[in-house]
Parts: sequence; structure tokens; C-alpha cells
Amino acid sequence: MSELHLPWLQLSVLLPLVGAVGVWWLKDRDRARTMSTIVCGATLVCAIGEWLDFATLGSFAAHDRWDLFQLLFHVDVYVVDELSAPLLPLGALAYLATVMTTLRTKSSRFAFGWTLVSESLLLATLSCRNPWLIIALLAAATIPPLLELRQRKQSTRVYVSHMGLFIALLVAGQLLVGVDASPANPPILAGCLLTAGALIRSGIFPLHCWMTDLFEKATLGTALLFVTPMAGAYAVMRLVLPVAPSWALQSIAILSLATAIYAAGMALVQRDSRRFFCYLFLSHSSLVLVGLEMATPIGLTGALCVWLSVGISLLGFGLALRSVEARTGRLSLDSFHGLYEHTPFLAAMFLLTGLASIGFPGTVGFIGTELLVEGAVAVYPLVGLAVVVAAAMNGVAVVKAYFHIFTGTRHIATVSMRCRPAERITILVEVVLIIGGGLVPQPGVESRYHASLALLEQRGDLGDEHAKDIYDDNATTLDRTEPAATDKNQNKP
Amino acid sequence: MTLETVLQFLGLIVVASPAVLLAALGLPLLTGIALSEDAQARLTKAGVVVGLVAAILILGLMLVTGSRHVPIELGHWVSIEQEHFHFHLKFVFDRLSVPFAILSFVLCGTVGAFATVYLHREQGYARFFLLYALFLLGMVVSSLAGTIETLFFGWELVGLSSTLLVAYFHERPGPVRNGLRVWTTYRLADAAFLVAALTMHHLTGAGDFAGLMGSGPWPEGVAAIDSWSALAVGLLLLLAAAGKSGMIPFSGWLPRAMEGPTPSSAVFYGALSVHLGTFLLLRVSPLLDVSLPLRIAVITLGLVSAVFGTLASRVQSDVKNALAFASLTQVGIITIEIGLGLRYIALIHMIGHACLRTLQLLRAPSVLRDHQMLEDAVGAHLTGDAVNPSRPATAFQLWLYRFALHRGYLDATLDRWIVRPFIGFFQWCEAMERRWTNFLSGGESLPSDRLKPYDDTLEDVA
Repeated sequence: MSELHLPWLQLSVLLPLVGAVGVWWLKDRDRARTMSTIVCGATLVCAIGEWLDFATLGSFAAHDRWDLFQLLFHVDVYVVDELSAPLLPLGALAYLATVMTTLRTKSSRFAFGWTLVSESLLLATLSCRNPWLIIALLAAATIPPLLELRQRKQSTRVYVSHMGLFIALLVAGQLLVGVDASPANPPILAGCLLTAGALIRSGIFPLHCWMTDLFEKATLGTALLFVTPMAGAYAVMRLVLPVAPSWALQSIAILSLATAIYAAGMALVQRDSRRFFCYLFLSHSSLVLVGLEMATPIGLTGALCVWLSVGISLLGFGLALRSVEARTGRLSLDSFHGLYEHTPFLAAMFLLTGLASIGFPGTVGFIGTELLVEGAVAVYPLVGLAVVVAAAMNGVAVVKAYFHIFTGTRHIATVSMRCRPAERITILVEVVLIIGGGLVPQPGVESRYHASLALLEQRGDLGDEHAKDIYDDNATTLDRTEPAATDKNQNKP
Repeated sequence: MTLETVLQFLGLIVVASPAVLLAALGLPLLTGIALSEDAQARLTKAGVVVGLVAAILILGLMLVTGSRHVPIELGHWVSIEQEHFHFHLKFVFDRLSVPFAILSFVLCGTVGAFATVYLHREQGYARFFLLYALFLLGMVVSSLAGTIETLFFGWELVGLSSTLLVAYFHERPGPVRNGLRVWTTYRLADAAFLVAALTMHHLTGAGDFAGLMGSGPWPEGVAAIDSWSALAVGLLLLLAAAGKSGMIPFSGWLPRAMEGPTPSSAVFYGALSVHLGTFLLLRVSPLLDVSLPLRIAVITLGLVSAVFGTLASRVQSDVKNALAFASLTQVGIITIEIGLGLRYIALIHMIGHACLRTLQLLRAPSVLRDHQMLEDAVGAHLTGDAVNPSRPATAFQLWLYRFALHRGYLDATLDRWIVRPFIGFFQWCEAMERRWTNFLSGGESLPSDRLKPYDDTLEDVA
């Protein structure tokens, strides 16, 4: 397997952990916030370094140089591949942006230490392909939000029941996966259990209520960081995709589609801004799952593109909402708030990120959504139609929320609500990513297409023509043959 | 320098000028730099004039050389060769697109000139011109699109800018609600458009209009699909066109769009935006030759819309609404012409009507003022019961009056049979979810329902 030039993955995981320890020692919240920002920034640099380093290798998968686990246990724990390579910087960006946009007035409510621990767990999950380790890390990642709910004296029963079930199903499913499991020889029961577990984490209907409950009771920052990296979708890709037959995946796609439409409809009728965001996100993440389960190159490419675009755009959308809430308190969508005149930048960010999430032309989501619909139509024409309907409803919901929050009345403020420099920087970074990715989509699409081919090749779902395309690149042929064998071994119980 | 190179260069300028204008107005806003009104007006003027001159030069060159079809290839925006997925960026200058692009530049330029005066010292001046640039870009891209995906791109930009322009006076709930209504209608139309585009893509293997409508220059292309496919795709496109042009049953958004600043945004909906649907029908008109039922559907929709428009326009109590429905009448007639295969007449009608309506809408506010001034001078109402004595009306006339006054009960019908059941269903789902989470939580699970807005405001803290 190829080696990265530096131990980027281990650094990405270790830095936030060390930072968390440092933050816990600090009593001053302002200093804790500053330190968290620095640590998240350094982690993002490492994650970007990993992405760039990996891109220069031209390989399907790579592990760290001076990999401690490799040296001690002769096991490739930290491995990055074409699927996870861009997800790491995306995850790190989410944490940095969230910490940066935490206003001083909200510092006392936001647990910086646990946030850094969550970041470490997320990046470790995304750097890992061993099923058992993924399950363990996903399980561990549920703890920080739980602690926060307890600290806020909120009922944790909804969250605990769903997360408990999710972990139990994943563990039971992985125990039942056989040595020779593959899409051609699927372990049906194990596949069902793993799928159910991963779908609960993704918030699939009707087991999605934990997500609304989390948004209701946790801080918005914590809720955002727990859901926007789409760890459930990652679990599907790592645990379910390698063993599930195509018909099973397409059945899951239908279930995801139902969730996407249901959540889009629910987003339209919400009266609370957080619940609105939660349903909007749920609808989009379900659309990603629809594409992931199509198991066709176009559908999968579309899903992987939408995964990134939704990650970028809905993160920005959520942060815009969080920034507004930091100034006004919880916002209802029953009435108009007219905040545009006070926060035009946040309004612009809210609208831009919201439109990017629905795949508006010229934004990062446009081509991904087109590919997703194209892939869906190729499998089931009606599925394609339903994806379009869900996207249309989401579009209405976004503009409705924009109008309710930023227009409709004249808001009289006694203090300035202007953007802080950190927020402005975040907005500009988001704009660059959204518009830049929208105007120059080819590199991203190419990379996602290659990743989707490699993933499908692992499943043995590609015809000769596609398989030939993957192996065309002589320099990397050897590297690309490894994942199939590696993954088969990793699915051993 | 060859003729082809010159045309390519000019074509790029036509498309790039509104894009550059959008960037020139948008980037300073994003970075927090406030451009003066004068600078914005100059930039707008420059963007429009450059694009217009380039378009006229292309028209001149086409007339001189006798060329009827000038494609400007910009290559693939996105391409996955192995999957035969291409997002082809191509613009076409032909007998349909060139007049429509020039019309867009001329009318937008006129609107821009009026708006700089009309919106002087308005708080939303910069926002207006940003949306104006977005609208212009959308119109130009839609007009010149050589592929259905590119047309969809422009179509969406027009939709968004139109919506935000309707809600321009956004400190009041009325314009905002109307803007949302427009957006909802547009989203429905856009969904139909997207499905039609994908279907066409699948049927012909490409989104290129040349592939879809035959190789001949407009309007002589021959659709390369069978009659049933043409009917299915055509009906979807008809739905999209009906939404964009405010035809039956979507005409409810037309009077609502008049909430925008007078006269500027009114011109968009009275003259340009409403014609985008008919432009789409003209662009895909070879489909109509393949399917007789589709042609009948187009004629019927046009007829119903025209009759409805003329009825509604006669009873409106304010001039902008009357003009909006009068526009609908003309759009309906243009649609009938398209259905009958009178494509050049439809194109000429469209251009003529857009110019006339622009003149009317721009003049409407000052006409009213002139009228009031005259009344003040005379000291009496200029018209009244003596001029138009009331006549006894039959029951049918009264019904017709009520029908027209309530705009065909279309909004009420859509609200009652589509919006309310939809919202009702999801509100029921929400109530069920609440009961379920309450049960799981062992108590109230959604405390935010009790929260009032601004419960813990920064202002309170301060």
C-alpha cells in the first residue's frame, strides 16, 4: 500500500485529543475558545495536507508514514482512500468553522473540550476501514452529545434508545458477517442488521426522531457537528456496501427516498428554525443515501458529489442559523423577524448555502444533484422523479425560512448585530467553496467518479469496460488491486 | 482573423457581459465594500451596452453572411466520458435566440435607466441591481442556450431573481408572501422542466438542441423522437412553460409579482419573464410537429389562458394588475400561435408585445399622476357614473364578474385542494412524532414550542 509522506492521519487524530486535554485545564472560556480555534486550525491543515499528499500519490489507498499501529501490531489501522480523502478536511473544516463562529456570549454553553474529542473521534473514524474499529469509534462518538444533554439536564431517553439500538445492531450484524461475505454471497441477516444500524444513525424514517430530539435539546453547534459529517452514510459505505447485494441496496434506496420526501415535507411545515434545519438536513442526507445505494457509477458519483456539497453547504447554512440565533435566541418560523438590515452578510450566507444545498445552478451542488437524478432515473424512473420532487420541496422550504428570518418586518435592535471578523472569514471561505466548486466542478466530479468506480469494483459490480478503466493507469495498478482483498479480510468477524 | 473567430469572440462577450456585471456588483457586497449609486449605474450601463452591441454585431454579421445558425462551443463543463455524461456548454445564435437576446438587453437596459432614477437613495438600491444583473444573466443564458441543461441554468437564475425582486420591499410581509408564492410556482415548473430535460436526455442520448430537434436551423428542425415520447416530454415542458409564463392554472403569481418596485420589476414580469415560457415552447417547437395531441394541448392552454386573462384584466381595480392580466392574454395568444405552427408570427408578437408592455408599465405610474393632476386642475373627477352609467346585469354576467374579480378562484382552489391537504398531512405527521417522542421521553419532548422569539436575546444580556 502507498505511503503518505508524513503521518497526517495520526496527527489529525492526535492534535484534537491533545488540544482537548489542554482546554480542560483552562478555566478562562475565552482562552479555551482561542485554543480550540488554534487546535482546529492545525487539524484542518493536517487534514488538507493528507488530502494533497494523497492526491499526489495517485493511489486508491494509502497509509501514514511511520504508522505506529503498523510498526507495533502490523495492522493498517489508519488508511485513507479515495472515498475518505476529501471527507477528512471537510470534517475538520466543520469543526474549525463551528468553533470560530462561537460567539463569546455562547462560550459558556459550548463544551470546547468535548468538541475536540468528537473531532478526534470523527477523523479517526474517517481514517479507518476496519469494521470493528469503525463501530467502536461510532459508538464512542455518541458519548460527548450524551454528556452534554445530561449536563443541560435534558431527557436523554430518545437519544439513548436510538443510539443504543444503533450500536447493538451494528455489533450484532458485524458478528454475523461471514469470512467469505460478498455481494455475490451475501450474509442476509448480518446485512439487514448492519443496514438497520447504519440507517438509524443516518436518521432514516421512522427511526429519525433522535435527530430532532438532539437539535431540540443539545446546543446547535454540537448537534450540527454530530450530524453534518454524515457518519451514518460512512458506515453504510464501509460496512454495508461491501457485502450487500444490489437488490438490497436498491431497496434501501427506496426507504431513503421515502425519508427524503417525508423530511422535505416536514421541513416545509416546521415552526421552529432548528427543527426546520434538522428536517432539511435529513432530507438531503437521505438523498445522498439514495445515490449511494444505487450501486451504479453515475448514481454513486452523484451521491459522493452531493455528500461533499451537502457537507459544505448545510454546514454553512447551519452556522448561519446558529450565528443568527446567537444574536436573537431561538427563532420561530411562525412570524417574520426582518433581520436582513442588521445582518446582510448572514442573510446572504443563509440564502447562498441553502440554495447550494438544493443544487442551484452555479453552486457546488448543481452537478452532483444532476448526476444523482441521472443515476436514479437510470435505475428507476420514478425514483428520479421523486428526487426532483424532494429537491423542489427543499427549495421552497429554504426560501421560506430565509423570508421568515430575514424579511417581512422591520427589526429594531438596540445593539449591533453585525458580523464578527471570524464569521465574515467563515462566510467568505464558504462562498469560495460553494461558488468555486460550482464554476469548476470537473476536478471534483472526476475524483468522485474514480472513487465510485473503485468502490463498485470492490463489490464486483462493474463490467469489464469499467474495470479496464480503473486498471488503465499503469503506475497505480498495484495499489488499486489491494482494497478488494483488504476489505474482504476486514469483514471477517 | 476568421469570421468564425470573430463570431466566437462576440458570442463570448454577449454571455460574459452580464456575468461580469454580476461579479462586479456582487463581489464588493460580499467583501463589505459599498459601491456608490453612480458606480453601480455606470457598471450596469456598461454591462448592458457591451452585451447589446456584441449581440447586434453578431446579428449584422449573420445577415451579411446569410448564416442562420452560429453555435458558440465552450466545451464540456463537466464530462464523464466512460458514462457518456456530458454537461455541454454551448450557446446558439439563430433566428430565435438573437432577437430574444437583443430584446432582453434592450428592455433590461431601459429598466436599468429608469431604475437608477426611480430607486435613487433607496436602501435596497445595491440589492436591486445585483438581482437585476442575475436576472439579465439568466435571460441571456436562457435565450442563447444551445443545450437543454444550459437553458435550465438560465431558467433557474431568472426564477430566483424574479422571486427576490417580487419581495424587494421586504420590510413588509405582503411582498414577501407573494415572493414565496412565486417561488413555489417556479419550483413546480422547474421540477417539470428538469424531469423533461432528463427524459429528453435519455431518449436522444444528449441534451444538445441540435440532437433533440434535428440538425436544421430553427424553425426548420425535425424532432428525433417518436410521437408518444414527444407528447410526454412536451406535456412536461408545457407545464414548465405554464408556470413560468403564469398561464392557467398558475396565473395567480402574476398579480402578486406586481408587488415589486414599480415600474422596474413589473417590466420583468409583464414583458420578459412571462415570455420565457413561450420562448421555451418556441425552442422545442419541432416537438409539436411530431405529436398532434401535444399541439392540441398547447392550443387549448393558450386559448384558456387568453380568455381568462382578458376576463380578469377587465375587472382589476389597479393598473398594474390589469396590465399583468392583459399580458397573460397576449401570452395566451402567442401560445396559440405556437400551437398552430406560426412560429415567426409568435416571435414577432412576443417581441412587439414585450416592447409595448414595457412602455405601458413604465408609463403607468406617471399616467396616474398626470390623471390626478388633471383632476386637481379641473376640480372634479374626469370620469364617473355619468360617463359609464351602470346597467342591469344578468345573473351570468354577475357570476362572470365575480369569477374574473376572484381571478378564476385559481388561488383558492390550489390552496384548498393542494396546499391545505399537503400541510395538513405533514402537520398530522408532526403531531404523531410529538406523541411518539413524548412517550419515549416520558414527558414533554419539544419544549421549544413554548419558547417565544428572542427569549434569550443578546440584547437582554447587554
